Amino acid sequence: MSIATAHESEAAATHEQRALGFWLYLMSDAVIFALLFATYVIMVNNTAGGPAGRDLFDLRNAGIETALLLVSSTTFGFASLASKTGNRGAVIAWLVVTFVLGAGFVFLELREFAGMIAAGAGPDRSGFLSAFFTLVGTHGLHVSMGLAWIVVLCGQVMLKGLSVPVVSRLFRLGLFWHFLDIAWVGIFSIVYLPGLL
Amino acid sequence: MFGRLTIEALPLYSAIAAGGAAVTVGGALLVAIVITWLGAWRYLWTDWLTSVDHKRIGIMYIVLALIMLLRGFVDAIMMRAQQAMALDSGGYLPPEHFDQIFSSHGTIMIFFMAMPFMTGLINIIVPLQIGTRDVAFPFLNSLSLWLTASGAGLVMVSLVIGKFSTAGWTGYPPYSGAEANPGVGVDYWIWAILISGVGSTLSGINFVVTILKRRAPGMTLMRMTPFTWTALCSSVLMIFAFPALTVACALLALDRLFGMHFFTNAHGGNMMNYPNLFWIWGHPEVYILILPAFGIFSEVVATFARKRLFGYESLVYATASIAILSFTVWLHHFFTMGSSPNVNAFFGITTMIIAVPTGVKVFNWLLTMYRGRIDFHPSMAWTVGFMVTFVIGGMTGVLLAIPSADFLMHNTTFLVAHFHNMIIPGVLFGYLAGYMYWFPKAFGFALDRKWGLASFWCWMIGFYLAFMPLYLLGFKGMPRRMEQYNDPSWQPYLMVAAAGAAVVLLGIACLAIQLIVSIRDRRKTADVTGDPFDGRTLEWATASPPPAYNFAVLPEVGDREPFLDMKERGTAYRRPTAYEDIHLPKNSPVGVIVGLMAGVMGFALIWYIWWLAAVCGLVMWIALIARSSDDDAEFRLSAAEVKQIEDARYRRIGSRA
Repeated sequence: MSIATAHESEAAATHEQRALGFWLYLMSDAVIFALLFATYVIMVNNTAGGPAGRDLFDLRNAGIETALLLVSSTTFGFASLASKTGNRGAVIAWLVVTFVLGAGFVFLELREFAGMIAAGAGPDRSGFLSAFFTLVGTHGLHVSMGLAWIVVLCGQVMLKGLSVPVVSRLFRLGLFWHFLDIAWVGIFSIVYLPGLL
Repeated sequence: MFGRLTIEALPLYSAIAAGGAAVTVGGALLVAIVITWLGAWRYLWTDWLTSVDHKRIGIMYIVLALIMLLRGFVDAIMMRAQQAMALDSGGYLPPEHFDQIFSSHGTIMIFFMAMPFMTGLINIIVPLQIGTRDVAFPFLNSLSLWLTASGAGLVMVSLVIGKFSTAGWTGYPPYSGAEANPGVGVDYWIWAILISGVGSTLSGINFVVTILKRRAPGMTLMRMTPFTWTALCSSVLMIFAFPALTVACALLALDRLFGMHFFTNAHGGNMMNYPNLFWIWGHPEVYILILPAFGIFSEVVATFARKRLFGYESLVYATASIAILSFTVWLHHFFTMGSSPNVNAFFGITTMIIAVPTGVKVFNWLLTMYRGRIDFHPSMAWTVGFMVTFVIGGMTGVLLAIPSADFLMHNTTFLVAHFHNMIIPGVLFGYLAGYMYWFPKAFGFALDRKWGLASFWCWMIGFYLAFMPLYLLGFKGMPRRMEQYNDPSWQPYLMVAAAGAAVVLLGIACLAIQLIVSIRDRRKTADVTGDPFDGRTLEWATASPPPAYNFAVLPEVGDREPFLDMKERGTAYRRPTAYEDIHLPKNSPVGVIVGLMAGVMGFALIWYIWWLAAVCGLVMWIALIARSSDDDAEFRLSAAEVKQIEDARYRRIGSRA
């Protein structure tokens, strides 16, 4: 084995180990979401005389949030594709688009939360609302972390270029971002839809 | 500025609490003075605290575990003394203080003694057994260590500033809620556990990737050592179980901090959700701790009976079945909660089923010993003591698995006796067996056998004296955690139990003496070959202590007992024809910094010092982002340097032969 290929196979092994490690992290994160979902389902009727989901949820808002997040997953996919062809400008451009869409999502969520709290339906109102804010808020916190991570990686792509470690990190950020989509689909179908139908 | 932290927080409410605080502060100062006197701060920082070498991290984990073992044991002997004298009187501990002691005893022994001891042993040994140079994520390893240490630090700080939880090691609401428990005690408990829990999850990920992706060429899954197998299963459990603990504690923290209603009495809280979440972690946790100990027993039995392990495959399948079944039994911790008879029956049956693979293992060990030439090294003594004692604990467990019987025994000292009967022989004896077995590998000289055996006998006799009376007291209906009582027929049993604790104290003293004596005699017991026990597995194929890179040339594995195989074929100790450059991870201070910041952030959140929590959080993120942008985390050890180190080793072996 020549030195160059040895180096390459070492880099590939590193990437593979980190990818597996990140998958395992995502699975443990999925357990957190699963338990928050279970807790929400247990507590959904514990409104303690306060407002229930149908009094509070707005399908239009949730629909727009869903659209923003799903489209941002697509745009992230374009960033991944651009990284394969080594197109640095396109990677950064698509990451910026993804960031804007994700930030729009977080903005809408915070607006929804603020409106609910102002209407006296904050997380300390009832067991149901505690579970709602914690489940949806945990997802929102993840998206915010993802946004910070996008900024960091944009900086790395600009400063370091599409080097092997940077592309490897981009891959894991992608896993994270798509994972949040799946968690959101769960929230939309378990929290918002049954709350309104 | 300082939230709810005032001068009132100092433990001047009782002489005993103040004494405990003084011992803690004094001990820390003494260590600092000794280090300064030795002029060892720089050495400590560059060679240990910032190290990402799995062997050093493992040793630091075990140092932490042994320190916390002392602290947890002081709690234990204080409780036994209190109960021995508290008939119709307050004994010497006020109830508030007694409650803190049993809470911190359980918390420390599980999270800050057993967990670090296990993580330390896996860290030191598994990479050697699978023939690799380090774990998959060396920096993450250092981060896990320091997160665990900062959790332990918070428990120690609670002794000096404020109080610890009085809600037991499980922290059940509503008693642990803000309404019943407004002080800082429960918050200390929550943050200590949340911070160290993140460390444990990361350790689990690290070990699984290491074992699945970094085995030496030829080492198939079914050629892995039993210890590696149990470490793998235990790590998988860590990844999937610890999130449940994180959720349980985080929701309790939200209740307490923001007035939410997950587990409150009013406003639609559901306090029974808490035991469910807690034990979805808690039961797998028992197996997280015990499986690696089973692995150690398997290694020790094979080595000291000089026989191949009997029924390797059945042991592997039993381990994997236990790992899966461990997620199906959690409800047996609260049969009395009021689930329907069918639900209770389901969990009763699964609990009895999980005893089956455990029984399989006992036969594996017994039949390995059968007709073996047994060397009664202390590790072997711990193993035999474990087998005898553990079977008794297992049978009382099957008894408790019957819901109708559990209703009578629930929350009595019978339960206390049962789980100590599982965890002391099943976990602690196992780790101590591993400690005495692998000590020469980690340090290059062996531990004294005589004092090791003395320690074993004190622990063994002390254990029976301390816990058998508790079974009987449980039958007599004595509830656990009683600060005082008025039934004179209980007192004789409690006095015997206190005597048992005193004998265990002798066992701990023997452990300390063993260490001192062994360090004194280290030249006589030096392990020059790296293989003091005629070992069978790869960790014995390299030097003791192993060089930073573990193996100069990665071994080729062709058998389940690769090193024995090499010795039989005459390929062991053969010098390689050429060496290659080796890449090793550089040390990093980021793990220490983030761990420290996490601890201070926990402290700030406990005392509502919000600005400090924000500052710590920010520093943590900056440090982590800086680290994650660092593409130059390795250094190169040249082939010439490797050759020099290896030549020195072969010279030592040669001079001995």
